[in-house]
Amino acid sequence: MSDPTPGTREHSRERRIAALHAAAAERILVLDGAWGAQIQEHRLTEEQFRGERFRDHPVPLRGNNDILCLTRPELISELIGAYLEAGADIVSTNTFTSTAIAQADYGTEGVAAELNLAAARLARAAADAAAAADPTRPRWVAGSIGPTNRTLSMSADVNDPGARIVDFDQVCDAYREQVIALHDGGVDLFLVETIFDTLNAKAALKAILDLQDEGRAALPIWISGTVTDRSGRILSGQTVDAFWISVRHAEPFAVGLNCAFGAEQLRPFLAQLAGVADTLISAYPNAGLPNELGEYEEGPEEMSAQLREWAQSGLVNIVGGCCGTTPAHIRAIARAVSGVAPRPIPEVTPTLRLSGLEPFAAA
Amino acid sequence: MSATTRDTLATFIHIGERTNVAGSARFKRLIQAGDYEAALAVAREQIENGAQIIDINMDEGLLDGEQAMTTFLRLVASEPAIARVPIMIDSSKWSVIEAGLKCVQGKAIVNSISLKEGEEPFLEMARTIRRYGAAVVVMAFDEQGQADTVERKVSICERAYDLLTQRAGFDPEDIIFDPNIFAVATGIAEHNDYALAFIEATWQIKERLPGTRVSGGVSNVSFSFRGNEPLREAIHAVFLYHAIAAGLDMAIVNAGQLAQYDEIDPELRDRIEDVILNRRADATERLLEIAERYRDAGATHREVDTAWRELPVRERLVHALVNGINDHIVQDAEEARLELGEPLQVIEGPLMDGMNVVGDLFGQGKMFLPQVVKSARVMKQAVAHLEPFMEAKRSDARGAGRVVMATVKGDVHDIGKNIVGVVLGCNGFDVIDLGVMVPAHEILDTAIEQDADMIGLSGLITPSLEEMCSVAGEMERRGMTLPLMIGGATTSKLHTAIKIDPCYTLGQAVYVPDASRAVGVASALVDPEQRAALAAEVKAEYREIAQRRAAGGGADRRVSLREARENRLRIDWTASPPPPAPPQLGVRAFADYDLGEIAPNIDWTPFFRTWELRGTFPTILDDPVVGPTARALHADAEAMLDRLVAERWVTARAVVGLWPAASVGDDIRVYADAARRVELATLHTLRQQLARDREHPNLALADFIAPLESGIPDHIGAFAVTAGHGERERAEAFDREHDDYNKILFTALCDRLAEAFAEHLHARVRRELWGYAPEEALTTTELIAERYDGIRPAPGYGCQPDHSEKRTLFALLAAPESAGIHLTESCAMTPGSSVSGLYFAHPQARYFGVGRIGSDQLEDYAARKGWTLEEARRWLSTLIDEPSARVSPPALAG
Repeated sequence: MSDPTPGTREHSRERRIAALHAAAAERILVLDGAWGAQIQEHRLTEEQFRGERFRDHPVPLRGNNDILCLTRPELISELIGAYLEAGADIVSTNTFTSTAIAQADYGTEGVAAELNLAAARLARAAADAAAAADPTRPRWVAGSIGPTNRTLSMSADVNDPGARIVDFDQVCDAYREQVIALHDGGVDLFLVETIFDTLNAKAALKAILDLQDEGRAALPIWISGTVTDRSGRILSGQTVDAFWISVRHAEPFAVGLNCAFGAEQLRPFLAQLAGVADTLISAYPNAGLPNELGEYEEGPEEMSAQLREWAQSGLVNIVGGCCGTTPAHIRAIARAVSGVAPRPIPEVTPTLRLSGLEPFAAA
Repeated sequence: MSATTRDTLATFIHIGERTNVAGSARFKRLIQAGDYEAALAVAREQIENGAQIIDINMDEGLLDGEQAMTTFLRLVASEPAIARVPIMIDSSKWSVIEAGLKCVQGKAIVNSISLKEGEEPFLEMARTIRRYGAAVVVMAFDEQGQADTVERKVSICERAYDLLTQRAGFDPEDIIFDPNIFAVATGIAEHNDYALAFIEATWQIKERLPGTRVSGGVSNVSFSFRGNEPLREAIHAVFLYHAIAAGLDMAIVNAGQLAQYDEIDPELRDRIEDVILNRRADATERLLEIAERYRDAGATHREVDTAWRELPVRERLVHALVNGINDHIVQDAEEARLELGEPLQVIEGPLMDGMNVVGDLFGQGKMFLPQVVKSARVMKQAVAHLEPFMEAKRSDARGAGRVVMATVKGDVHDIGKNIVGVVLGCNGFDVIDLGVMVPAHEILDTAIEQDADMIGLSGLITPSLEEMCSVAGEMERRGMTLPLMIGGATTSKLHTAIKIDPCYTLGQAVYVPDASRAVGVASALVDPEQRAALAAEVKAEYREIAQRRAAGGGADRRVSLREARENRLRIDWTASPPPPAPPQLGVRAFADYDLGEIAPNIDWTPFFRTWELRGTFPTILDDPVVGPTARALHADAEAMLDRLVAERWVTARAVVGLWPAASVGDDIRVYADAARRVELATLHTLRQQLARDREHPNLALADFIAPLESGIPDHIGAFAVTAGHGERERAEAFDREHDDYNKILFTALCDRLAEAFAEHLHARVRRELWGYAPEEALTTTELIAERYDGIRPAPGYGCQPDHSEKRTLFALLAAPESAGIHLTESCAMTPGSSVSGLYFAHPQARYFGVGRIGSDQLEDYAARKGWTLEEARRWLSTLIDEPSARVSPPALAG
């Protein structure tokens, strides 16, 4: 938090953000791929997850990937480097579960802020190094903000549909801690992702918007929902267009869909979103649907061919990969969309638009 | 007043008020008692009654408002039927509002904030609301108090507008003003102007603050008549009528109980109007004098049945199948099962034997569709009885082939599709019917998952043609090669050839004109060899059609839009004046029309056509070939119709509107008042562009209405009728009984009833509601032959092929609220058995077909509708030249 020259740092971030807007107007940007699969490859032991710092922690930490930003920083830097090398314009921080709420499962809620700060700095350093190596290609860091493992719109108790494990303020506070640390750590934009409950996302957005109100530099906001069934609704029941109406107040830099499906299954809903959202569209699907063993089998060629078709159909501005994707996927995707024009942002007639689970527009 | 403000009258939004403890004693009791289950039912009811948004208010002294709001909204979130619609979080306490905002995932409306405590608290609340992503209602209330004059109402709203847009980041579209509805007829003279002040303020706000909306809590206005609910409803209807005309966009109302302005006893209405519009000093006394009137209901019962039986069981089964008799099929199937030992033996033995006979007879033209459908019913019911006895279900019995069928997205019509499904089913195909309004991905995913042999698409309205093209395009994109069958009333070989075929080069699209042809096509498509031959033949034919079409562009000589307008129909309005003004303007709804009055108007000829029996009623009954089938079908239909009417299987609802109107160019302006000051909506019409001559003008519907500049007063009418409420439930009940015959018979009857209702209502309009032909007395035959003055063209067909005009029509009529008829995204009406249209009364008004139009009219029309060219092309796709369609390669599907 004690950067020696915060003024200069904020200034260079401003320039990077301006460059981000300029780049997005010109071409399709590429996000990185999955963290999980890459970390699993290294088959880390419980001890490796714990490191020195958490050697005596009372709860097992294996599987808490975000803790590695503190215990195995060199590994995280290496993974980020691999995605940058593969051609990602934007890399995300390893902070998908770095809220006090999600970390509570491991008894590490007390270090949530520290995790975000460390993760943001690792990503920042890697991105800056890549940009320094090739000054013609700016690289950006997106602060990953996951959905948490608690839902605000659904009950956990089948006998009491009104019951909730958390409330809005608790979720919003947890996000607040996360976004402050990400901001301090130097991210260029906030990525509220894998949204399965729009109300959780609205809590995250409120936390971000509150920071702006308090006088911090406003960073671009990127919102990415997750469609979980074939009827095109997110888990909390909203259709894709109702979801867009619910988050549009954040004036996001980009909105999109990620996870849950492979590209083939995601396409109709992405097309639906691209038709209604007057901002950039992002998509980073899984590498196909998982097989019986939970493995994702869609290879780089197959996946990148589909993303290329989306690009050519004018559906996307930012692409990348989610579960099951690797640097090889990102390399293929970057190549596949290279030179294809980004989706032009459509003009949408202004009118009073509201939403429940479904959209409503006053004529 | 701008065009947008004018149109708002046509798009009024109902906000349900029943989930408000301050407004509903019942809801308050339920919340106080903690009976949230029943409280949720109140919310659900409102939505079923047409509320598009629900207002939730927990402001009651003894309640913990924050707690009650939180609990109720969380429960709402668990009920998709309620959570579907946006929420209006209503409280005078900020803490309750914020508690509510923390519980809704959608974009809600906050009702309300105000300048009561000054600018800073106002801005703080506004900014917070924006952080939660909600729209806001601003009450006309400032540091001086609640505004009661027009000037104060408007100036407070303007001040709030500036603050919200300049200092709180609000888009004007997210701002809704509530300029305070106060009670009138309170006995205090200075309250007399309250309703009028609201109406006038509404007008001014909409003018001065573009993009914003106006709302209000209507029940306040009648507060002094507490206890007299019918009177209050009448007052609300009158008040809304005038406020909506002034630009009121939405109101908190009891969606289930809104009285219709035109249904109110004229004397009562007049006296209410005196009060609302503050027209006379003694208005309140005069209203009190007559303050009591209305309401009623009723129902009846009856039974019909027949019997038959003889022969040994195997023969009985075959006989039952071939003759379509299902009375004893379960007993017979059971007897056969016991005799043959194995259920499969029954199916593959006598039942299949019977069906083969049916298939052969149908193929030879010796049996007709109604009989085939009856036979299929016997088969289905027998199999349904036998299946539970079978060890493994015949789940993988794909028979002759597997067909996935659906009515495409945006369309609800399925009689034809159901018939094709039955016919294919009794020819051994395994039919997977996905129902109506099915999105492309669902159809294709199912086809892939179920390993189908072909896909069948159906649709009735023209926008469905575009949807079919996009399904075909999606198949191409996915690299599918399955044959695609295209059917339904507006589909054609021509359309399939020039629009669908080029979208789908990897497989073959085939137009199937009717159910009898479907079997032949489907059978050919499952056989690899025949399929290639059929595809080659079809492809060659379609290419030829496409080429002919491309080359023969000159065949239909078209003139420019300017020339067409030059050659419009010029009615000599002085020699042939418009019909007289209707005795009563505005909208009138008919909640539960007597089916018995409608039924005699049924035009049976199209009913027989549905069953693929060609001929005119009644001569078809004596036709040497199809006569016996037609007679049997007609008898069954008459018997069902008797029950349908007597037992009220469906509810007939209708709404009629009559308004002053004037034509302006090819548009028709519709007004609320005789002085033509308040414009309700603009109807757009299309003009024929085929080269014609002076004897044969280039018509547009606008020609039948006196032009604005002539100064001659003219009128237009509109209607929407339905005989479809209750139809789906009844059809599903037949489905459960595996009774396709009665299901199709019933749905075809509902369809006919809707048409008959439209015909009957048109007659009433001519004789009485509009009354331009009070002496008219025609028989049903004469009616069907249209021997009367005036027409009732329907948007989407000949005279006005643009289905989207229904949106204006529906808004004008408030058809969803008044008659329970809704539009899909493609402007199909639900329930399906509905008819809507316009009324033109001039004796020279006649039906015509617009035909193909030029790109000049396409552009002109798009501009008038506020459409992009792309939208115009989509809605008018059948009227325009295809935009350089991709030419398909000669390759054929194998």
